[in-house]
Amino acid sequence: MKSSVTLRLNPMRAFRAILAREFLGYFRTPLAYVFLAVFNAFAVSLAFFVGSFYESGIANLDRFFIYHPWLWAFLAPAAGARLWAEERRQGTLELLLTWPVTVWQAALGKFIAAWLFLATALAMSLPMVLTVSWLGKPDLGTIACGYLGSLLCGGACLGIAAVCSALTRSQVIAFVTGFLACFILVIVGYGVLDNLLSGILPTQYVSNVARIGLWRNLEPFTLGILGIQPLTYFISVALAGLGLSTLMIERR
Amino acid sequence: MALIEAKNLSKSFGTIRAVSNVSLSVERGEVIGFLGPNGAGKSTTMKLLAGYLQPDQGSARIAGFDVSESPVEAKSRLGYSPEGAPAYGEMTVKEFLDFAATLRGLKDVTTRVQETLALCRLSDVAGQSVDTLSKGYRMRVGFAQAVIHDPEVLILDEPTDGLDPNQKHEVRRILASMAERKAVIVSTHLLEEVEALCTRVILISRGEIRCDETPKSLLARFPGKRMDEIFRHLTT
Repeated sequence: MKSSVTLRLNPMRAFRAILAREFLGYFRTPLAYVFLAVFNAFAVSLAFFVGSFYESGIANLDRFFIYHPWLWAFLAPAAGARLWAEERRQGTLELLLTWPVTVWQAALGKFIAAWLFLATALAMSLPMVLTVSWLGKPDLGTIACGYLGSLLCGGACLGIAAVCSALTRSQVIAFVTGFLACFILVIVGYGVLDNLLSGILPTQYVSNVARIGLWRNLEPFTLGILGIQPLTYFISVALAGLGLSTLMIERR
Repeated sequence: MALIEAKNLSKSFGTIRAVSNVSLSVERGEVIGFLGPNGAGKSTTMKLLAGYLQPDQGSARIAGFDVSESPVEAKSRLGYSPEGAPAYGEMTVKEFLDFAATLRGLKDVTTRVQETLALCRLSDVAGQSVDTLSKGYRMRVGFAQAVIHDPEVLILDEPTDGLDPNQKHEVRRILASMAERKAVIVSTHLLEEVEALCTRVILISRGEIRCDETPKSLLARFPGKRMDEIFRHLTT
């Protein structure tokens, strides 16, 4: 006898279901609200108090975006830690991967859901745009470009976080290792490390090392320049992280 | 055609050989009691059959589809509940089954979820999150996701573990009611369960199959001995 239930296996339907479950999953725990609050509190207060956003007297947001690599280095691993580690801990990975979905469908759904969540946090800072528009006449194209850059920078950090999450069943370990990896990319290209490196390495190497830093790649976006190199950099880090973590889950 | 077929399955973790040369074949209408001491390789064998682990050697087929070569076809004909019946704890029972039914590609998700809730007597807790459920209900949620698509093949890893006698009876009742249309493998430590429910016993010890026969013929081979004595004899 054939099974009485009709099957309609549709890759898009499964992908959408996973995406929705993961995205809404953030809001089932207090984590999401803590995340959104912390992100915006830090994003705004760093710009105002550390970045002298107001005193600079210039109607643009580069004093706001300059701290974003730091924020993403901390918060993308916080949001990405649960991607695979939580599935492992709960034992649900064994369910998900014995349902008729491919690892890639699951991985893509999870990754995009987490990225959308980061985008939500970023979108909540849009009142900053109103502030500068009220205070002066900012170039909105430049600001849009800055937001795009920041979102891509968050995606790159999320790629790293996904790999760290695929390595372990502990969200804490996933978060700490993810943060450390992102932190290295943040300090690369800052003056302190440059000075330290130039003591050891020839100058041209120092500037090459700085190129893999997050800020060095985000900076052109905040100035309204859409360069091929930083665009490629962020997207390839994000995709490499997604691909590597998926392969690791596939080869479990 | 056998609905479950394993040929020379072997799997090692590091230097430990968890499953060694396991072959088995299960037809429609059979309920296999999969026995063995802890660490004998029961769960690993089930994970290999369900396609969660890849074997080092050998192959597994579900309803004729090779688990490694056509995983989606094989998995869509299989209901599998891993040990401990894991589920997404933060979702409600209904949300979880909705999710399972959607990923399973079921056409009429709402109806099928209602039917499954009723079948597994979960309707009362449908709106409760899985984390807040008692062990008995949790195990039934794990069972429910495995049968929601009315699969031809059921693989259940200790579905009655930690249940009280009434709940065990209930799981057995549901299983028995659908057994004749399916091929079922149930792992268990409860030997009375085997005699009550199973048409065949497969006993595994140190990764190898020690016996594969009906409970009746097994008991007949050791006249005057109880099932637990035979179990001890074959596994130590």
